Amino acid sequence: MRSFLGQAWTLVRKDLAMELRSRESLAPAGVLALLMMFVFQVTLDLQTPQVAAVAPGILWSALAFSGMLGISRTFLREQDEGCLDGLLLCPGDRGMIYVGKTLGSLLMNLVTAAVLLPLFFALYDLPFPFLLVPIVLLGTVGLCAVGTLCAAMTVHARAREMVLPLLFFPIVLPMLLAAAQFSAGLFAGRPWAEIAHWFHFVLGFDIILLTVCYLGFEYLVEE
Amino acid sequence: MDEPMIRIRELVKMFGPRRALRSINLDVGAGQCLVIVGPNGAGKTTLLRVLATLTRPTSGQVIIDGLDITHEADAVRRRIGFLSHQSLLYGDLSAEENLTFYGRMYGIADLNERVTTMLENVGLGSRRYERVRTFSRGMRQRLSIARALLHQPRLVLMDEPYTGLDQQATDALDRLLSGGETQRPTVIMTTHDLDGGLDMAQEAIFLSDGVMAHRMTRDAWDMEAFRRLYRENPTQSQP
Repeated sequence: MRSFLGQAWTLVRKDLAMELRSRESLAPAGVLALLMMFVFQVTLDLQTPQVAAVAPGILWSALAFSGMLGISRTFLREQDEGCLDGLLLCPGDRGMIYVGKTLGSLLMNLVTAAVLLPLFFALYDLPFPFLLVPIVLLGTVGLCAVGTLCAAMTVHARAREMVLPLLFFPIVLPMLLAAAQFSAGLFAGRPWAEIAHWFHFVLGFDIILLTVCYLGFEYLVEE
Repeated sequence: MDEPMIRIRELVKMFGPRRALRSINLDVGAGQCLVIVGPNGAGKTTLLRVLATLTRPTSGQVIIDGLDITHEADAVRRRIGFLSHQSLLYGDLSAEENLTFYGRMYGIADLNERVTTMLENVGLGSRRYERVRTFSRGMRQRLSIARALLHQPRLVLMDEPYTGLDQQATDALDRLLSGGETQRPTVIMTTHDLDGGLDMAQEAIFLSDGVMAHRMTRDAWDMEAFRRLYRENPTQSQP
């Protein structure tokens, strides 16, 4: 187990080091998320009562689209010079590659979310509900869990840019809807008891998808 | 022969309806060098990828150093060094960072010392902090050799290793494979270069359309027979 986690962490460190040098995932994902915020804010011309109802959709759309853009690069950097083979040749459970890649994507997406959220509340003039932090964390875990597997599946596909969203969004849609419903409840000031089921849905989605993706990863990358 | 390093029995690999390997049977002794020759599409790279656990056999059994590659792939991978057409190196990392990354993944003890030794062995000690992206092709190949042999594998699999290699890289590869620092590894390599490629081999096989069409040991080398087989077996891709 220690070796498994050690290898996964080595992979995360390598990905972060490469990202810090190239900024090929964080920069476009962050810019896309910020642009979406501005575009919706400018074009929808929302009045105060409407904002709480519409804002969750805007927030989760920005997180999902920017997340997918960043995650799509996860395995592309392994494609150059056959580096994916280099990872597959390493000893140990190949699920370690999935865990490392998902963790790396999660860290990068959380950085994007940390930049995005203050701007979101400033632009839409909403109060900051503390429970938004755990739902954004759980939602991002779900996006990364599915996105990492989809990125691995499509890394050799010819029309990768088209295939990845077609695979990714139908799978994460239920989770996105639940996270948006929970966020809407928070913005509307509804009590925990009324919206807890949405939170539990996202948590359950994460556990199931992480398990399924981990178990299926080795077979998918090999064949 | 003692217990062979590699034992292959009735190995079949199919890609959809296409048979890439058909009932391969082969033993390779420890410390030996086996060269696989054959036209493009004959199944040479597929055979290497199966041995490297990069692709699963459809049927048959492959035992490496007493371990079944299907059920004990983790332990098998620790024993394998793989040198392919591609360098398997990250351009945005330095030479040292690349080797350190792979060294950590293999759990190598005294890693810093080992990385330094390997960089010196391939003549890249003075370039260790430079990004691989800035390296020439020859330098990348030398670093790729260091990567493949970093964990002192008992079995080295090489896919056309000498193609495009400069003289310095060729010398480095020959020196490292001769087992100067440790026990000589078992080597399996594919090549089209009959003259150069067979130099270090004790045995050679000719693959044709996924079948082992000819096998020859060094004491019965017949280069003309291999050349004739090449002429008679053009590039293959039929199902």
